[in-house]
Amino acid sequence: MRKIIATLMTGLAFSPLAQAIEFNQVQAEKSTLNFVYKQMGVPVDGSFKKFSAQLRFDPVKLNMANVTLDLDVTSIDTGSDEADDEVATKVWFNSKVFPRAKFESASFKALGGNRYEVTGKMSIKGRTQTVSAPFTLNQQGNSAIVDGTFVLKRADYAIGEGLWSDFGTVANEIQIKFHFVANAGK
Amino acid sequence: MQHQQQLNFSNRYTRTAMSLHWFMAVLLICLFAVGIYMHELPLSPWKLQVYSWHKWVGVTAFILVLARLAWRLTHRPPPLPINMSRSAEFIAHAGHALLYILMIAIPLTGWLMSSAKGFQTVYFGIIPIPDLLAKNKELGNLLREVHEILNFILAAVVVGHTGAAIKHHLINKDDVLTRMLPRLK
Repeated sequence: MRKIIATLMTGLAFSPLAQAIEFNQVQAEKSTLNFVYKQMGVPVDGSFKKFSAQLRFDPVKLNMANVTLDLDVTSIDTGSDEADDEVATKVWFNSKVFPRAKFESASFKALGGNRYEVTGKMSIKGRTQTVSAPFTLNQQGNSAIVDGTFVLKRADYAIGEGLWSDFGTVANEIQIKFHFVANAGK
Repeated sequence: MQHQQQLNFSNRYTRTAMSLHWFMAVLLICLFAVGIYMHELPLSPWKLQVYSWHKWVGVTAFILVLARLAWRLTHRPPPLPINMSRSAEFIAHAGHALLYILMIAIPLTGWLMSSAKGFQTVYFGIIPIPDLLAKNKELGNLLREVHEILNFILAAVVVGHTGAAIKHHLINKDDVLTRMLPRLK
């Protein structure tokens, strides 16, 4: 009897049914939101320490998929304390007035295999732009590992105004790298 | 007479040694002054630029000191004046050794500090210099202290070095200073 159940379960795990699984429980402690910016031609790593993500993603029901990302701008780690203080100021994130940044998906597209693309609205510092980000989704048992990257242009959101608006010292392009682990819910 | 002339000739530093000595003297003084100036600056594009320049010139000084050390090891410097005491000779050699050690250790600590602070050194914004350390804030701050202390030690040794050269020239009236000076003819 046990053998039969085991066989049945193995069969189930590999059946197309197992693919139609909705991932909707983002594991905050396993997820990261990092970025790389160039300063005098030197790539520097940074990250957002606090963010929350709501996800509904079923690879076979892309039209139902949905992601919302809410990030705490004050939790930014730019790589140095001095720069962390600087980016909170008005000319950068003005985080007193705009403490949160948000991404809301509008649509998803399958790019073949485990690759997808999400398009949506990114709001930072009171400015909203449409962005697209390709990502991969790898299923591991009950959870999905989502990895993606896209380039955000800081000038589009007035991040770094005045003295900093010249891209010679801090480049316009900021590479954003997201890594989410989401479990399948009921 | 002929013999005497030959001795005089060999008692001077080579043109290469002189060039390296004086060029590096200017470079190190500039680096030191800029180093003191830049760390007080409030964060601005100017500060980031000055830091980059300091790093690039620092890398240049590091390359030059290695070239200089190679030259020094393959070209015997002129001997010290024969009337110097044993202890004075010892101090002269120890001083020179210390200068070389510091000229190597200072750029090394600068390089390691950059790595530990998470700001890689990219020579002239083109050639990335590998990070020897992973990012580590505490270690970065410690290396910053070491870099600073070594610089003040270097400054003190350079003052001693300069003072000794002047003392040799004015008091001992020997060729210790002039043999490092290009002939102005």
